[in-house]
Amino acid sequence: MSGDGTTDEGRTAPGDGAGGGPAGNPSHNGGKHRRRKYGRNRGDDGSREESMVPRAEFQSYYGRPVLKPPVWEWKIPAYLFTGGLSAASTMLSVGADLTGRPGLARTGRVGGAAALAASMYLLVADLGRPFRFHHMMRVAKPSSPMSVGTWILIAYSPGSMLAATAELLPASLRGTLPGRLLRFAARPAGMSAAVFAPGVASYTAVLLAQTAVPAWNDAHRELPFVFTGSAAASAAGLGMVCAPLEEAGPARRLAAIGAAVEIVASRMIDRRPGFVTTAYTTGHPHHLRKASEYLTLGGALTALTLARRSRVAAAVGGLALMAGSVFQRFGVFEAGVHSTKDPAYVVKPQRERLDARKREEAERAAEASQE
Amino acid sequence: MTRENSFHGPLADPAGEAGHEDHPPRMGFFTDTSVCIGCKACEVACKEWNAVPEDGIELLGMSYDNTGSLGASSWRHVAFIEQQRPLGHQDAGLTDLPVGPSSTETTTEVVAEALEATERGGANLGTAPVDLGFPSFDLPGAGSGVENRTQFRWLMSSDVCKHCTHAGCLDVCPTGALFRTEFGTVVVQQDICNGCGYCVSGCPYGVIDRRPDDGRAWKCTMCYDRLRADMEPACAKACPTDSIQFGPLDELRERADRRLADLHAIGVSEAQLYGRDPEDGVGGDGAFFLLLDDPEVYGFPPDPVVPARDIKSMWQHAGTAAAMMVAASAAVFLGGRRRR
Repeated sequence: MSGDGTTDEGRTAPGDGAGGGPAGNPSHNGGKHRRRKYGRNRGDDGSREESMVPRAEFQSYYGRPVLKPPVWEWKIPAYLFTGGLSAASTMLSVGADLTGRPGLARTGRVGGAAALAASMYLLVADLGRPFRFHHMMRVAKPSSPMSVGTWILIAYSPGSMLAATAELLPASLRGTLPGRLLRFAARPAGMSAAVFAPGVASYTAVLLAQTAVPAWNDAHRELPFVFTGSAAASAAGLGMVCAPLEEAGPARRLAAIGAAVEIVASRMIDRRPGFVTTAYTTGHPHHLRKASEYLTLGGALTALTLARRSRVAAAVGGLALMAGSVFQRFGVFEAGVHSTKDPAYVVKPQRERLDARKREEAERAAEASQE
Repeated sequence: MTRENSFHGPLADPAGEAGHEDHPPRMGFFTDTSVCIGCKACEVACKEWNAVPEDGIELLGMSYDNTGSLGASSWRHVAFIEQQRPLGHQDAGLTDLPVGPSSTETTTEVVAEALEATERGGANLGTAPVDLGFPSFDLPGAGSGVENRTQFRWLMSSDVCKHCTHAGCLDVCPTGALFRTEFGTVVVQQDICNGCGYCVSGCPYGVIDRRPDDGRAWKCTMCYDRLRADMEPACAKACPTDSIQFGPLDELRERADRRLADLHAIGVSEAQLYGRDPEDGVGGDGAFFLLLDDPEVYGFPPDPVVPARDIKSMWQHAGTAAAMMVAASAAVFLGGRRRR
């Protein structure tokens, strides 16, 4: 490395008054070969000319991330999808059961339990020490959304599993006493699961929000609505795919409502003021969430129109809704990961907040001294 | 019960709040970076005492910092920052001497670009080799003349877990592996941790991390074993300039205030305390610092906030969303009954 690159650019530091230090970070200027923005070229005596290079936006330690990126891998966003799908499917199955729609009830019960089993696998497999999964049950800790979620899942699972088992009972066993008891218990079991299902669908938003990850923490008001909307849309999608057309009316209506809530809440995240929003509106997370929006919108429109009559349209629309939910979860997850890898997402908002507070204090001190 | 206090705001006695009765005073670190000489004795002492495994021996191209950052297997990290400005009234004695500019900016740029290519954005740099583009045929600063001569100062700072009053990692730990000790510090019980990784994302300082080969989360314990035996932590014991000072937090805070006043009096106006204020976003740090530049220059977040501060609002929004979901799931069954 020769010094030539350093001689012709503004090399003194960013930041007020104080010189320099490793500053800036190249990662959001776009383009493949990114250059850092340098600060004004200012000597200690102020005599040097100002360069045309834009002032550095923030300081950092060699552009290193301040935070640790989440150690969670694809299994966690996948769980966000399966957990939401399971919860909303269970809720749909209870409604279907109570209003005499056996096909939709069966779809919801079996789909909900299958998604729950997938969720359990994903959650345990993502642990650093999977064989210690039961340590989650040592404590009940209200301050930890993961602990709260564990207990919600524990309360939710038996009902969901029992209802699904009753659905899947082979015909030969249905007549037996245990078989009849199980089938009788299916309805209350499903209802008991449905009590906890809204918690299963929504706690994951708090799980992500109560972290230092800027993109997740910043969107803590919108995320629950994105997640419950997404859950409802995916379960409705499953209902549209599997249940007979004449029973799937509620699924189609739920698809429309869920999709609307998800898309509106998701758009509200994108419109949040402040730099952190860029984690959602740029790059890979943006593409994932755009894809989600198109799929969800398309699925919902299908549900309201063609899916009433055409079996094929219902299946295609349902699959689109489920895919939209998957993309949404991965998009939100990726936005968070991205926001930890770039120190700008940590330093810039915090520096602005700190400077604003200092200004306020100075003003208050000035007022006090005038009196 | 002071439930309001347990998530956010000033809290006089974290150990007592965690249920310890009759406990010793809250212990802490005051790291005075103005006297740090960058010897890394703290890093070595910590590794030795705590048997922390090696986590990559790499040249990172970041001045003399080849540790990179705190992590699962780096519980002390000495940062090196080269700057083109004098320290206080210091005269570097460079007037009319033909010295070249410091290569800080250039190295920073090279390092920052290399970091982007690493798997976790450099958060665990040191655990994997990174091509920094060296060597080159020119010396750093070669080809520059007297006109490029600059002032120069070197900032060094030994970073460590902050043992926050309101610890994000401790709040979110679902197994109870992380706990508040009688000294007010925060420690992971390795026989309990199941490696869920939530603490990694809960920490607003990016301190705690999971060891990939081991699967559990690790961080500084403030030498809990030594504390219980009335000994000071290994890093503080090893520090030759008393840059790392260990003691009851109240005393350290007084001492830090005096040191800050002294430094301001002799013209080091940029000196500032970081993590000293019990009113800050984490209720004050158990390990706090005297810095000579903005916190972010050292890799600290300028204004960290414990994620649980907004816990009430988060659950309220989640509750509203859940209620809407119930209402929607019920509403879709109304009026559709005639189908069957």
